[in-house]
Amino acid sequence: MKVKISLSVNGKSYERMVEPRTLLVHFLREELAMTGTHVGCDTSSCGACTVLLDDKALKSCTMLACQAEGHQVTTIEGMANGDNLHPLQQAFHEEHGLQCGFCTPGMIMNAADLLSNNANPTEHEIREALEGNFCRCTGYHNIIKSIQNAAAKMSAATV
Amino acid sequence: MICDFRPIQNSAFKIQNLFFEKAELQFSNILNQKKNFKFKNMVPSKVNYHRPSNIGEALELMSKFGDECKILAGGHSLIPVMKLRLADPENLIDIAGIADMKKISDNEKSITIGACATHADIARNEAIQKHAPMVAKAAGMIGDVQVRNFGTIGGSIAHADPAADWPAVLLAADANITIKNAGGSRTVDIDQFFKGLFMTAVEEGEILASISIPKTEFNANSTYVKMPQPASRFALVGCAVAVGGGMARVAFNGVCSTPFRDTNVEKAVVGGSSAADAATSVADGMDVMSDHFASAKYRKSMAAVYAKRALGEVM
Repeated sequence: MKVKISLSVNGKSYERMVEPRTLLVHFLREELAMTGTHVGCDTSSCGACTVLLDDKALKSCTMLACQAEGHQVTTIEGMANGDNLHPLQQAFHEEHGLQCGFCTPGMIMNAADLLSNNANPTEHEIREALEGNFCRCTGYHNIIKSIQNAAAKMSAATV
Repeated sequence: MICDFRPIQNSAFKIQNLFFEKAELQFSNILNQKKNFKFKNMVPSKVNYHRPSNIGEALELMSKFGDECKILAGGHSLIPVMKLRLADPENLIDIAGIADMKKISDNEKSITIGACATHADIARNEAIQKHAPMVAKAAGMIGDVQVRNFGTIGGSIAHADPAADWPAVLLAADANITIKNAGGSRTVDIDQFFKGLFMTAVEEGEILASISIPKTEFNANSTYVKMPQPASRFALVGCAVAVGGGMARVAFNGVCSTPFRDTNVEKAVVGGSSAADAATSVADGMDVMSDHFASAKYRKSMAAVYAKRALGEVM
């Protein structure tokens, strides 16, 4: 039995009929055709599917779409403002924060959660926060540099 | 192919390898149906979804569906298990939206944590940090940021994974668990709550509503340490200790198939032994778990090491 859900994704409201067993990540990718959010391990380990739900990082392979009813979802597609990259995206570009790029959307969304709670994290705090995101290219050093770069950019912008 | 970093699969293997013969297991009916069980499904079975607006409605739905339903809160234990088809309930009753159940209230003699409070809510709660530091510390050590943001304390203890972090902490804290049912509610002492691997005192038709942590001297002087499995962060050994007011409570998870308090160690601490001496008898005579991460001998040794560290912090 399908159920009706309404939720906001990247600031836009959507109303859809879904099967209750639909996972949020599949809803985003297949129903809304937003394929920026990736499915990696599918076991809540790797963090490639990380999105923000009410500004908190969530592994979207571990939530049903109907649990997101009435909430606000932000995906990687919602980060840039038109052609202007989000400071995190710009920083990953500048610091070579990606190799194959598969983990990058999840890394950026988790980093967005971190920076919203801690505008100026230490390297250790960044490493701790990325505990739930795997980069199988093992490019962690540059990912951390990217997040530090973005933190600096974002703090400068708010001063 | 099975990878080492999949905690739910690991749990499933524990069931299969160690406890397959025991009939009353929660998942045994499904495992038995699938003799050639392969962990390949990554989408849950078909299910109906219900979102009651209060706990009364949730209890009504539960009595209507009997054993054909499961309570869904954060979903961070249940959904992985459903994706592996180790659980295939016909109905899900989502209680995460019930505002009362998320509250953490700071009362005169205790702190009451609603079952739907997330690990992150608990880690940053100032009253909990002050009156029961091990509870806040353990909350901040569960899984990773994303899991802590949405996983709930009630969901975790109702699932009762022996390698989860909450059981040892709540045992050491002398917590009380409030369970609601159609007839009202009942309170279960934490010592009577964990019944075995994935089994608790919550009966069919009941909802775990809240967890109460008494404000005691031992809870104010408490800590939790763990040796995490390197990838999943589940506890290979987790040790919670609370010492004060002439009392000591020392509990472990990850070590045996049911979390437990080690009364020998507690007595040694109360009797004036040093942390190092008290820790030597950890898990003596217990049936310590063994798997491909840690043999029973190694686990037992590590339990003593972590108990010594934890006791050293509070003594």
